[in-house]
Amino acid sequence: MADATPLAPAGPPADDILRTRDGVPLKTTLRRVTRRQRLIALGLVMPLLVFIVVTFLAPIGMMLLRAVDNPVLQTQIPRTVALLASDWDGQGPPDERIFATLAEEMIQQYKAREIARVGTRLNYEQSGLRSLITKTARTIARRGTPPWKETFVAIDDRWGDAKTWGIIRQASSRYTPSFFLAAVDLRLDWRGDVVAQPEEKRIYGLMFGRTLWISALVTALCLALGFPLACLLASLPLRQSNLLMILVLLPFWTSLLVRTTAWIVLLQTEGVINDLLVWIGMLSDEGRIQMIYNQTGTIIAMTHILLPFMVLPIYSVMKTIPPTHMRAARSLGATPARAFREVYLPQTLPGVGAGAILVFILSVGYYITPALVGGRTGEMISNLIAYHMQKSLNWGLAAALGALLLAAVLVLYWLYNRLIGIDKMKFG
Amino acid sequence: MAETTDPFVRFQGIQKSYDGETLVVKDLWLDIAKGEFLTLLGPSGSGKTTCLMMLAGFETPTHGDIILDRTPINTVPPHRRGIGMVFQNYALFPHMSVAENVGYPLKVRGVGRADARDRVRRALDMVELGALGSRRPAQLSGGQQQRVALARALVFEPSLVLLDEPLGALDKTLREQMQYELKHIHETLGVTMVYVTHDQSEALTMSDRIAVFNDGVIQQLDQPSMLYEHPGNAFVAQFIGENNKLMGRVEDVAGDRCRVRADSGDLVEALAIRASGLGERTLMSLRPERVSVNPPPGSMPNVFDAEVLELIYLGDHLRSRMRVCGQTDFIVKVPNWAGHVHLRPGEHLTVGWHVEDCRALDA
Repeated sequence: MADATPLAPAGPPADDILRTRDGVPLKTTLRRVTRRQRLIALGLVMPLLVFIVVTFLAPIGMMLLRAVDNPVLQTQIPRTVALLASDWDGQGPPDERIFATLAEEMIQQYKAREIARVGTRLNYEQSGLRSLITKTARTIARRGTPPWKETFVAIDDRWGDAKTWGIIRQASSRYTPSFFLAAVDLRLDWRGDVVAQPEEKRIYGLMFGRTLWISALVTALCLALGFPLACLLASLPLRQSNLLMILVLLPFWTSLLVRTTAWIVLLQTEGVINDLLVWIGMLSDEGRIQMIYNQTGTIIAMTHILLPFMVLPIYSVMKTIPPTHMRAARSLGATPARAFREVYLPQTLPGVGAGAILVFILSVGYYITPALVGGRTGEMISNLIAYHMQKSLNWGLAAALGALLLAAVLVLYWLYNRLIGIDKMKFG
Repeated sequence: MAETTDPFVRFQGIQKSYDGETLVVKDLWLDIAKGEFLTLLGPSGSGKTTCLMMLAGFETPTHGDIILDRTPINTVPPHRRGIGMVFQNYALFPHMSVAENVGYPLKVRGVGRADARDRVRRALDMVELGALGSRRPAQLSGGQQQRVALARALVFEPSLVLLDEPLGALDKTLREQMQYELKHIHETLGVTMVYVTHDQSEALTMSDRIAVFNDGVIQQLDQPSMLYEHPGNAFVAQFIGENNKLMGRVEDVAGDRCRVRADSGDLVEALAIRASGLGERTLMSLRPERVSVNPPPGSMPNVFDAEVLELIYLGDHLRSRMRVCGQTDFIVKVPNWAGHVHLRPGEHLTVGWHVEDCRALDA
């Protein structure tokens, strides 16, 4: 062939896309080449990913759902709920038709032994309603006759009150904000307005406040104790610092329960510290100090247990600060105190931030220690959550409290990111 | 000469021990004149850095006094000595900008803001970093960080600046460039500089005088050219520049000359620097570039047979390893100028050198 074609690529269109010699866009080729590596990488992280989704993300999602989920009345007394929503004006007791429907459904649930669930659910809104439901159901199931309106009111006056019906209507929506409202000491009244809980029932605000206060105090104490310790660890020669590090880590290797119990032995009124103080005459035998089963006990034990979480991040950051920085500052004319304040301290901040946020988040959700040594004044929000999970079985409220706790931690995390930057956080 | 003019810095019989068992610095006497560029040169562990740290105030002498400008400073803490210091890894504060770093010594001295800004700008201009004041140290290259550290150590106009292997972390080209810049800054400002390094070429380039340290003792204190041309003992000869070693026994001494019977049996004429006693073992030191290949007969007293063992082409010169006087590690540098000798491995030839270039030292 005499008419030699120029040695140009076969037919790349005249655009700006980079292409390989055979005309395939460079990006496509690159993707094809790296696909294998990406698949292998994905395969390697898959077990962990599945584990996290199943054991962590899914439960959190379910918890958040449960905090607003409200299926009881809709499944137990569906027709009454529907009629209340459509045919009742909210003024005075509803008409006979609604009474009749409720009676029919109550008898049905009573025979199925399910009526207690309705009572329990309504009792969250207004205490006393459980016994009302149980009593009414039992009575009408045995000898109830129409007209139902009169029968109901005869059993209990409250059936004649629009408020009771309002509460039933209120509690019957499929999703409800009432758990969240209860978690911040608010509630919906029977008209659907948000009002404060009565004085004697406002405990969650107090408990959230106390939890935050104890956590902040524990964080501050850990910082006060842990910073000098980390300083010492970072400046000692390796042999000694390793030994000291083992002492710091030793609590990690002992059971949480053992450590907490050890504090009981030390701090109780007949315990080691009180005995010692009485023996050396600083206290009289009657004047023994109550240091456990109260807030003091919670704070002491939690500070001890969480201290390593403060020391380790600070230590790891301090380790990276060259000792020449302090020397340089001093050679430039700064006194040792000033060099520490202006050169050393600012460089430890990422570690201090990481340690503080770690300790604070851990203490906000702390459960075992307050439960064992907290007594009444040392209880924290997690103890209340456990109470609702295990004793009162009000899972909706427990979930709402948990969700608020989660939100608080996330806000904190966001704040930290804004102030210091999460990328600067160093845990070790 | 120390009596005629008061020295600026004086080490008076300084001894230093860390563990109470060994002396890191053994009885150091050293005078540094005002405006001098003095280098402490030595291998690691020779005590040079310890001396610098004692001068800066970060180490205390176990014995002896350090006098700075006629005042003993043993009890003066580092921050009141007013000595500028540049550290090995720059020690720039990462949480401050370049300008804040340079301005830090002024800030701790309470210099007014406007005045401080002016002086920071001048210091940064001096090291040609005037435009980078707002950057963070981490955003600068190694050479730039080095300049910032230098500007910071100079900005408060100290009369003494200490530099602890400041160029160690830079690559070769940059290091050489910085050497000249340092030298120029020293000449311009007239400050006294004490420089610690283990790199002999660095020391030779910049210093007015060099103190060669080994084993806690100053082996020789002299100008660079004197150190290179007239090393006082075997250690200095080895440490500064390349060096051929010939071991032998002194046969006879006449004036400043001596004749040495090398271990191979050859008789070598050399300068008697440290070899006075007859029959004494001695080490003769000879610079590779002072050896001539195939010298004209009778032009040199020392002429010996040699065999070329290895050749390395180094651009401006050829390095040749030869067998001379029974030694196989005898190095000869042949300059790569027009008409130079062409060598081939395995070739037999003669090499020769003048008496003045061969120094009989302590064994």
